[in-house]
Amino acid sequence: MATPKHFWSLSAIAKLTIGVLALVPAARIGTLALQGQLGANPIAEAMNRLGFWTLTLLLVTLSPTPIQIVTGWKWPLRLRRMLGLETFLYVCLHFAVYLGVDQFFDFAAIGKDIVKRKFITVGFAAFVLLIPLAITSTDGMVRRLGFARWKRLHRLIYLAAALGVVHFVWRVKSDLRQPVIFGASLAILLVIRTLRTLRTLRAVRAARPPTSPRRS
Amino acid sequence: MPPLWRPDMPPSEITPERTYVRRRDFIAGGAAAATGLTFALAGCKPKAAVVPVEPALAGVAPGPFGTDETRTPYKDITTYNNFYELGTDKSDPAANAHLLKTRPWTVTFEGEIAKPQVIDIDTLLGRFPLEERVYRLRCVEAWSMVIPWVGFPLGPLIKQLQPTSRAKYVAFTTKLAPDEMPGQRTGALEWPYVEGLRMDEAMHPLTILAVGLYGRVLPNQDGAPIRLVVPWKYGFKSIKSIVRVRFVEAEPPTSWNRQAPNEYGFYSNVNPEVDHPRWSQANERRIGELRRRQTLAFNGYGKEVAGLYAGMDLRKFF
Repeated sequence: MATPKHFWSLSAIAKLTIGVLALVPAARIGTLALQGQLGANPIAEAMNRLGFWTLTLLLVTLSPTPIQIVTGWKWPLRLRRMLGLETFLYVCLHFAVYLGVDQFFDFAAIGKDIVKRKFITVGFAAFVLLIPLAITSTDGMVRRLGFARWKRLHRLIYLAAALGVVHFVWRVKSDLRQPVIFGASLAILLVIRTLRTLRTLRAVRAARPPTSPRRS
Repeated sequence: MPPLWRPDMPPSEITPERTYVRRRDFIAGGAAAATGLTFALAGCKPKAAVVPVEPALAGVAPGPFGTDETRTPYKDITTYNNFYELGTDKSDPAANAHLLKTRPWTVTFEGEIAKPQVIDIDTLLGRFPLEERVYRLRCVEAWSMVIPWVGFPLGPLIKQLQPTSRAKYVAFTTKLAPDEMPGQRTGALEWPYVEGLRMDEAMHPLTILAVGLYGRVLPNQDGAPIRLVVPWKYGFKSIKSIVRVRFVEAEPPTSWNRQAPNEYGFYSNVNPEVDHPRWSQANERRIGELRRRQTLAFNGYGKEVAGLYAGMDLRKFF
């Protein structure tokens, strides 16, 4: 057969499996909504679940690098674009339910919400920050921007993730357990990266001979 | 730690041939496991679908202040609850309802009254004729229901207790039983839940103690065996599963006000003009409806209760 040997490589299977798995919650929410199985307040329930999965996938998208640092595995790095785009799909669905179903395109009310309710302000900001990342996710865009600039732009994901967690913290009335789990997970992921960056910096500094003698 | 896998590794180095030839079984098994895991992760909570059908209450007469608006289905009233003692998710109270023991149960009446007493719930139930009161319920989270409560007005009971001239407020307390109410084992709120009304609010003919809904005994998740219903205030004022009613001179502490004083006031009258910091209160979603509807001042009971607040700045006393 003409199919190249690596076509069904483990990494391709892993990517396909994880990519499909990430869509299962959305499919499930859609199915339950159509069956009227989302409870007494299906609109709020759909928004809550889509928000939960947006944050979950956002953290999963941020995981490959820390995973690589800790375990040495490189294959998850190849999943980042797909996971990032799936995160974007969920945030779009989350926002679409708010815009079209919850508020029924009442732009005056939505504008007021975004300005006046700080949990919506930060949630909306996180959503807006993800838009350029989705747009520049293609290989062509990476080339056009140049890798260094592209990478700098894509660091916005950290800000978006932090705002997403704050959005959840400010949304809940008193039970902070879930938002705290998200916040702690994000913190762990960022700490692993920071530790490596510090170690790299220290290694670079140690390897470089001092350029000027220190005055004492 | 050395990497477990590199792109240039030959498959034989990773997978023994014996396993490799059985890869289709492996993939099928993995896919099945992954599907199962996903559904588990996707929040297939233990279903609260089995709603115990409570026994019917006898001799319930139709009461005043009714509305002909469509009643919210029994299923929604009993599966979509804010009752943090039984869990913070809307479906938790129904799932944990069976843990709460409602017999034996007494309600203690104390404080500034001539006749302090402890009354057994079944005695209390027989003391006043039961009425059906079909009220709108407006939650501070901007959703609403229409609920056919069964209960009796609080006013005549208060008169029997003979409040003294120092009784300016009524303070209510929910049962404290962490072994029966899992939410009380968490720090979601300070336990027990407490609420309060001004004396004239408590005496108002709209204010009832509810012991049932839809002609049946009140399900635990809705605040059995006895709860307050104050239909012109946000739902959290209508305290559930009451064990203590104390008559006091000073404004008593209330749970949500203690939790977030800038968000929840003592009065908490439904007021579309005063927004909650996190939600607009201008409109609401009636459970079962797609479009939002306008929220009415005092939840539509302005004709009856606006006079209680004459001369008060309701932005300040929110």
